[in-house]
Amino acid sequence: MPAPIRLRELIRTIRTARTQAEEREMIQKECAAIRSSFREEDNTYRCRNVAKLLYMHMLGYPAHFGQLECLKLIASQKFTDKRIGYLGAMLLLDERQDVHLLMTNCIKNDLNHSTQYVQGLALCTLGCMGSSEMCRDLAGEVEKLLKTSNSYLRKKAALCAVHVIRKVPELMEMFLPATKNLLNEKNHGVLHTSVVLLTEMCERSPDMLAHFRKLVPQLVRILKNLIMSGYSPEHDVSGISDPFLQVRILRLLRILGRNDDDSSEAMNDILAQVATNTETSKNVGNAILYETVLTIMDIKSESGLRVLAINILGRFLLNNDKNIRYVALTSLLKTVQTDHNAVQRHRSTIVDCLKDLDVSIKRRAMELSFALVNGNNVRGMMKELLYFLDSCEPEFKADCASGIFLAAEKYAPSKRWHIDTIMRVLTTAGSYVRDDAVPNLIQLITNSVEMHAYTVQRLYKAILGDYSQQPLVQVASWCIGEYGDLLVSGQCEEEEPIQATEDEVLDILESVLISNMSASVTRGYALTAIMKLSTRFTCTVNRIKKVVSIYGSSIDVELQQRAVEYNALFKKYDHMRPALLERMPVMEKVTTNGPTEIVQTNGETEPAVLETKPPPSGLQPASQANDLLDLLGGSDITPVIPTAPTSKPASAGGELLDLLGDLNLTGIPSITAYNKNGLKIDFTFERSNTNPSVTVITIQASNSTELDMTDFVFQAAVPKTFQLQLLSPSSSVIPAFNSGTITQVIKVLNPQKQQLRMRIKLTYNHKGSAMQDLAEVNNFPPQSWQ
Amino acid sequence: MIKFFLMVNKQGQTRLSRYYEHVEINKRTMLEAEVIKKCLSRSKDQCSFIEYKDFKLVYRQYAALFVVVGINETENEMAVYELIHNFVEVLDKYFSRVVSEILTLIRNISYFSKLSYVSHLRE
Repeated sequence: MPAPIRLRELIRTIRTARTQAEEREMIQKECAAIRSSFREEDNTYRCRNVAKLLYMHMLGYPAHFGQLECLKLIASQKFTDKRIGYLGAMLLLDERQDVHLLMTNCIKNDLNHSTQYVQGLALCTLGCMGSSEMCRDLAGEVEKLLKTSNSYLRKKAALCAVHVIRKVPELMEMFLPATKNLLNEKNHGVLHTSVVLLTEMCERSPDMLAHFRKLVPQLVRILKNLIMSGYSPEHDVSGISDPFLQVRILRLLRILGRNDDDSSEAMNDILAQVATNTETSKNVGNAILYETVLTIMDIKSESGLRVLAINILGRFLLNNDKNIRYVALTSLLKTVQTDHNAVQRHRSTIVDCLKDLDVSIKRRAMELSFALVNGNNVRGMMKELLYFLDSCEPEFKADCASGIFLAAEKYAPSKRWHIDTIMRVLTTAGSYVRDDAVPNLIQLITNSVEMHAYTVQRLYKAILGDYSQQPLVQVASWCIGEYGDLLVSGQCEEEEPIQATEDEVLDILESVLISNMSASVTRGYALTAIMKLSTRFTCTVNRIKKVVSIYGSSIDVELQQRAVEYNALFKKYDHMRPALLERMPVMEKVTTNGPTEIVQTNGETEPAVLETKPPPSGLQPASQANDLLDLLGGSDITPVIPTAPTSKPASAGGELLDLLGDLNLTGIPSITAYNKNGLKIDFTFERSNTNPSVTVITIQASNSTELDMTDFVFQAAVPKTFQLQLLSPSSSVIPAFNSGTITQVIKVLNPQKQQLRMRIKLTYNHKGSAMQDLAEVNNFPPQSWQ
Repeated sequence: MIKFFLMVNKQGQTRLSRYYEHVEINKRTMLEAEVIKKCLSRSKDQCSFIEYKDFKLVYRQYAALFVVVGINETENEMAVYELIHNFVEVLDKYFSRVVSEILTLIRNISYFSKLSYVSHLRE
């Protein structure tokens, strides 16, 4: 049989292949030749064959049949065989294959070989793919080699020890005595690997960390020598002496100095020295500066040093090199939590980076911008961020949109600005907005009562042109359904009112229903909106009836159910339609962290298939409740009270019964806070299950005189240790003769559990004159604040 | 920690690959193809660090050859960038001329022992 071809011939042959198929063919032919050669137990050429096999493996072809051959090569006495054998073992074998255990004995022998290169090979292989059993067996040998004076072996042994510790953490103590002298070496290779070993040990065990803190002075000295020493040709990289070792030492110093004042103090000088003396014209210098900055920010450094670090980052930001800008943005992101003010100084540069061409830089700049938004700069920042949203890549749009919503919610200077911002986001990135944004937006719109006309007008204009962006269409349909009357009547103070007729509005909603681009959920929104308009619009009720009846036979089950029930409303229960489809009351603010104290209401007994948003809360005026109680009493529709994911289901029953009489199931007695001139204000209390320092007070204002009280405004103030949140009232008119009440919800945060006290101010118009009164409420029951 | 070290040419052919974590052999080719696609789509004045899945790629171009290193978040990206250059310089010194076709590289079997050197540097 002719001698198998050499590796380089094989590579040349494969290079000539023009297509993937040709290459595969050549490789298969060669594999077959190699396999037959292995079968013949050919010792002379085994080395060559395995080398070829490794090359083919690197190209992506299976090579598992070579594993045993590697073992045979390792066992051979020739150095060239051993070399290829160990290399093959590193590439082809790992602990998944059972074969690897056969190597243990070979490695053990080779670790004690007379030639250092063989020992080196064995150490290398063990450090690369040793399994935990192998490591346990051979750890003793490695430890012995760690103490040898031969620096070639010592550095390899150190790295092997790192791997052993990773695989078998319990063996860490075994290497402890050997580390004593490691840092005394002159050889940079040994120094470097020792620092790696120390880093690994410190990261794994806090005891080791405490033990190695005493090495800080020595590390500082080594670092100093590196910086101060002159040109050393062996270790020079672009004018800096062994930057890789410098970076490693800085990293170890970081780990040792974290949370420890003494070590941090010992490092202050050297860090300042590195920061000021390193040359920044080349990438090497910048790499070291970067590591220094990271270290300064992580340890307990003095403030002067921190300022120096942030200034370095600021300088990086202005650099032309993209890599450096990227690195600066990443580190600023890490430090913005702790050194907020210092980072704010660089805000304009960061915002400029939003316009950069590079994707990685843009992403970092976006995250950093969101972290920097605060009450003062929100308008300017939002303008930049909205512009960014317009022009950025699709992968950013979802994150950017969520970020903008969050920032707007926290820092919005006015409701109109907030709604404008949301509208802008919906129109530019509507399809990338997350699903939970839609209910949040709807709630926000409901709560800003004075903006309803403006909002619905803008939303209407937005979907007139284009109704493909689902979240936008959903919000728009909901608003049109609720406030369609405002839209058609053309009343809007903020903008030019548009001329929209009822038919035009219905046209839009119908096109949403028909369109192929609308998702099923969107269609549901549109159908319900059309239904609601039957009470708001006057001339087009027949058209609405027709639309609703068409969908009674829709294929979509959800739509069909809705349409059938709405149809039933038209036919059999027409007298209830106005009451059921009345405008939604103001919803209580729900925190975005999932189920919290949502005050349940019994009110909305519309068919269960209704909106997917959290159930509206707040008590409705008693008159409507009477209608609904009739409903409960004598109809065939089984009212399904929407079950909300709250932690207080008992409150639902409690509030229902509150309407019937002053039965309070929650156990805290209610009080009369104010009773003068015919105006009576009652407080009822609830404690939250999720947050024991929050008390929810529901006030009910009633009027026993013979004239209505209008423009009623309730204001409250509490002592400094409390926090108060006043939600929107149900209305501003208290009807006369106790025929109705205004309800309003107050949330009081009382973290110090102090006695609750409140001062209230009431303003209203009665009998043609403006009335105003101040009062103090002191009779809070102890259960409401303890 | 370095996850992998690749040398890929512009046509997508792998010249050298070394993985420091176990990756299935068929996944390797997919990974290499994706990585080279990302690197090729970058222009000259964009930064050399790409975020890819849950690790970062640091790449450097030498004529028609790309050297790509995958690292996790504990590494100093710029130090790795410098390391790539150091590696190429060492190869250049050792084999007297680094050509994009790497014929000179593979001419010497002892080149493979350089792989073991790199395995040290992965730490």
